[in-house]
Amino acid sequence: MYTFSSKLKTISFVLMAIGLLGIGYGFYTAPKDIKEVEEILAADSHGTHAVQKEHGSSSESNSHEAHGSTEENHAETNSSSPKHEVSSDDEHTEHLNHVLHQLQNKPWSALYVACIFFMLVSLGVLVFYAIQQVAQAGWSPVLFRVMQGITSYLPVGAAIFFVLLILCGLHFNHMFIWLDPEVVATDKLIANKTSFLNFPFWIVRAAIFLTGWCLYQFYSRKNCLAQDEASDDLLYKKNFKLSAMFLVFFIVSESIMSWDWIMSIDPHWFSTLFGWYVFASFFVSGVTTIALVTLYLKSRGYLEFVNNGHIHDLAKFMFGLSVFWTYLWFSQFMLIWYANIPEEVTYFITRIQLYNLPFFGAVVMNFLFPLLILINTDFKRISWVIVMAGVIILMGHYLDFFNMIMPGTVGDSWFIGVSEIASILFFLGLFIYVVFTALSKSPLLAKRNPFIEESKHFHY
Amino acid sequence: MSNKVIYAIYNDDDILMDAVKKTRAAHHHIEEVFCPFPVHGLDKAMGIAPTRLAICAFLYGCVGISVATAMMNYIMIQDWPQDIGGKPSFSYIENMPAFVPIMFELTVFFAAHLMVITFYMRSKLWPFKEAENPDVRTTDDHFLMEVAVHDNEEELVSFFQNTGAVEVKVIDKH
Repeated sequence: MYTFSSKLKTISFVLMAIGLLGIGYGFYTAPKDIKEVEEILAADSHGTHAVQKEHGSSSESNSHEAHGSTEENHAETNSSSPKHEVSSDDEHTEHLNHVLHQLQNKPWSALYVACIFFMLVSLGVLVFYAIQQVAQAGWSPVLFRVMQGITSYLPVGAAIFFVLLILCGLHFNHMFIWLDPEVVATDKLIANKTSFLNFPFWIVRAAIFLTGWCLYQFYSRKNCLAQDEASDDLLYKKNFKLSAMFLVFFIVSESIMSWDWIMSIDPHWFSTLFGWYVFASFFVSGVTTIALVTLYLKSRGYLEFVNNGHIHDLAKFMFGLSVFWTYLWFSQFMLIWYANIPEEVTYFITRIQLYNLPFFGAVVMNFLFPLLILINTDFKRISWVIVMAGVIILMGHYLDFFNMIMPGTVGDSWFIGVSEIASILFFLGLFIYVVFTALSKSPLLAKRNPFIEESKHFHY
Repeated sequence: MSNKVIYAIYNDDDILMDAVKKTRAAHHHIEEVFCPFPVHGLDKAMGIAPTRLAICAFLYGCVGISVATAMMNYIMIQDWPQDIGGKPSFSYIENMPAFVPIMFELTVFFAAHLMVITFYMRSKLWPFKEAENPDVRTTDDHFLMEVAVHDNEEELVSFFQNTGAVEVKVIDKH
């Protein structure tokens, strides 16, 4: 049995406390009205009107989706109305309003990105676990309890995430512009999508998906624990069927989840492989988290039955899935780049012009770095190499989610500052606390799993 | 000095593995093992140095990606400039997304084919080469271990008979 060390517990509480303070600070310092925005912009551009103008024009040409939609409406009403002149004051106020919304979205988006990232990491582990069950894999049962420990974060993360979604629906922020009836009324493209993108249907879908995943997590773990004391393999077979059903439910719900919670932030844009792309991102993060937690437990003297072969296999998955993520990232990018259709290509123009560093930085961290460091067989067996590569991969995939969500909610007002880092720290602390508490509640070896002997003797 | 070798023949891969380990422990020099199929872990048990084929593969991949880049730069940009996807920039780097699939394919192509050719050359295999295996049964269901004899013929024969060999022969090799 593993005991949650008091040192690690303290670290997790400190992380949560710092995180909460930072999140509070982020919300507290967000501007409340246009005047404050004007002050912020003036301070940014050293108070000169010329620079302010430049700022306005740059955000016009690089309009991100939310901005683009309001601008289009604006342009439409302009051309239809006989009065063609719009005073520059109006435009200035509109721009200020827009920046105000972006800046008010910023702490919310930071919270949202960190929340969905950690929740999806534990979901990725749950899927990996279900695949091992269905494939009746012989190498992995020694890691089942580690995976179950990590997935026990899913109900906690899902609950917080669901609250966040409801707050979005109650117009505490402007992250999902299609939730705003004023925008829908003037936007034809969004209006066409209202049968799918409307608050009641959206929140019910979220409730069904989150509940479905959590139910599988709960019953699968329960059966696996009961199997320890069983005299036959009945519960193991039950888990096999349950896992197969979960995987079918998952792949459908995952696709819709990625449209609902991420792609609908840019409601004019769509990509047909978006579900796979999001999946690849959190799947590789999940496997990386399994490797990191396993290595931590081993370094503390637990998991004596996990040998270098298991670590090597996890590292191979980290390497292979990183390449898989890149394949999807590039497939999505190349088709849109090649076709060059305006409503599709704005998505990447925003990211390349306004998010250049995080956009290409994510490719370096998620592809180039793991490719070069993990291609070597010997390196896949060295703990510190895996930990280093794993930390970079996790940061890279946080950045990937940042790139998916931020351009649609905060536009060019992005910054990885107090709000973003504090949100990561809070959820990291919560993640550590929940995961290691769960790990300390059950034996670390699923001793009655039919494949446990094979798994213990696994050697590459 | 005579060039005598012992052929110890086995009919099971597990027995062979045990025999190889015992032979190594007794410090007899294993010249070669002939198998009808690959036996996992045999190379480690025989004490053969790890393969360097992976390093070759990496280098061949580097050659492949360089060839692809040079070739497409010449064909699509220099020799006959192409308007790619309505973006007539005539720059390799700006049109690179369109070239990535070919760069990838040629990397894999070079790495795979040159690796196979290297493997054949390193194993001294080529078309119409005469088989080297000393006993035709090693292509069917038997395993053969070849061990050098140094004036200890009697001792070796009894040693291999104790390792579960179905047949032990002493051959004068020329």
